Amino acid sequence: MDRIARRNIVNYVMLAATGICTVITVSVLFLILGYLVVNGWRSLDWNFFTKLPLSAGEAGGGVVNALVGSGVLILIAALIGIPVGFLGGIYLAEFGGKTVPMMIRYTADLLNGVPSIVIGIFAWTVIVVRMHHFSAWAGGFALSLMMIPIGLRATEQFLRGVPNSLREGSLALGASKTRTIISVIVPAAKQGILTGMILGVARIAGETAPLLFTSLNNQFWATSLNQPTASLPVLIYNYAISAYDDLHREAWAAGLVLLILVLIANIASRWVLSRGASTQRG
Amino acid sequence: MATVAVTAPPQSQPRKLVNFFRDGDQIAHLVTFLFAASVFLVTVFLVYELWIHSGPSRAKFGFHFLTSKTWDPVADEFGALPFIYGTVVTSFIALIISVPLGVGAAIFLSELAPPRLSNSCTFLVELLAAVPSVIFGLLAIFTLVPIMRQYVEPFLKHTLGFLPQFEGPAYGVGYLTASMILSVMTFPFIISISREALLAVPREQREAALALGATQWESTWQVVVPYARLGIIGSIFLALARALGETMAVTMVIGNDTGIHTSLLSPGYTIAAMIANNFTEATGDVFLSALVELGLVLFALTMVLNAAAQLLIIATTGKGSKQP
Repeated sequence: MDRIARRNIVNYVMLAATGICTVITVSVLFLILGYLVVNGWRSLDWNFFTKLPLSAGEAGGGVVNALVGSGVLILIAALIGIPVGFLGGIYLAEFGGKTVPMMIRYTADLLNGVPSIVIGIFAWTVIVVRMHHFSAWAGGFALSLMMIPIGLRATEQFLRGVPNSLREGSLALGASKTRTIISVIVPAAKQGILTGMILGVARIAGETAPLLFTSLNNQFWATSLNQPTASLPVLIYNYAISAYDDLHREAWAAGLVLLILVLIANIASRWVLSRGASTQRG
Repeated sequence: MATVAVTAPPQSQPRKLVNFFRDGDQIAHLVTFLFAASVFLVTVFLVYELWIHSGPSRAKFGFHFLTSKTWDPVADEFGALPFIYGTVVTSFIALIISVPLGVGAAIFLSELAPPRLSNSCTFLVELLAAVPSVIFGLLAIFTLVPIMRQYVEPFLKHTLGFLPQFEGPAYGVGYLTASMILSVMTFPFIISISREALLAVPREQREAALALGATQWESTWQVVVPYARLGIIGSIFLALARALGETMAVTMVIGNDTGIHTSLLSPGYTIAAMIANNFTEATGDVFLSALVELGLVLFALTMVLNAAAQLLIIATTGKGSKQP
């Protein structure tokens, strides 16, 4: 009896411990969000979104150039990353044989696991060294490399999920393979592919390390894509390690904005996917 | 894939160029292949560029680079050991914290929680994985570092101060603080992948153990967890690879000290932090190429871990693990 009582106690203690683990891990997200809201929301005013940064100590500066800069970098990354990921994914799912797609899939996983700082070095050697200056191009290129594997694998995965009867039906009606892919297979998988692309954008939106020595930073407006460009994550980093309280406050505010954007993108991607699932069922 | 079965006309007869591009299939095949191949080429190119740009450093230091403790930009003497040490130590301590937490939470989410609760909790944890690392760094600098300096580190010195791991002044920044923030950044991976592996364990395994009179914990710990062990280990490898390559949050709290210290309370350096802090200011070919070589070392480390993780995860969630 004693033995059974002991086993029961162990049972309850350990099960409770796993519950505590869950509470701790889940609450971290709310802690982060809470801290950012508490420390950041007061600095979110009109100036923050419309003014250029002022030198430390002057009140009323903003981060508009970093907001726009981040947008430009993400746009460049998406313009490179989405076509490569999408078309490459089509090849892997629809055209490839066996060996070649396997190799490409493996390298895509490899690229996905490359530390972001190493991606930064690569973009630096390829673009910054050859062009002799830091630029938005280099930053966008670095970010696109982080986005490609996500888009590629998502596209492939969701195309493979399309039932074969759809392919066969279309081919039986006399459509060419290309026509089948464009009009039947891709539309059937579009929710999933869209989800993958949104997740890719959400991932690169917060990346700092690849931008540190590619797009660098800029106190002012970048007038062309060949100039150093400010971005939200790099700005948060620079402000956080600076010595000024007002810059710290702006870092909190910028962090809050960045986190909210990233969370919205993630939740939106989940919503797109669940909507796709329900329309397919209905 | 079954698509092979429906590939249209046989391609054996000789044809003219016009025929070759008859209905666009060949063009589409070629175009999509080029895009897919570019992923392969760019990855090869990445390795090539790292190799070429680390040339001066490799030529000058050879394998000595990995074992030397000197980091002296003025004398152009570079050794990677302090950074490799810092990277490995912070990642390892991070795992000591995050593995029990992550596996515990994964067990709760797969074995105990009702599906609705389990799914929403997993969603929240996956959102945590999406939080940019610079935001973890921001929180670490302004909330974790003061807490560590004022409460945690004095407490550790007071209770465990006789160990060499916990001696020296409490700065707040250092190996331990970096490990704490890394553990928070890695457990989302452990939870979501371990949960998948645990959910893939057949129901019969649990029922058999319970029917033999095991308590629910005994069934979970002695039957279900061993069954899913490869997937769990895979998730830990993946978390380790993440921790090794993590840059921003660590750079902000590691303390930037190029020595090797036994004490976890002391400031240190990691490979990624070294690159992030010095790359734009590096002067001289050897300094720059030494930093690139550090990147190459980091790349190699994470590649090996990632490959191992992929294999383990495929072995469990794909085909189901072999019986122990």
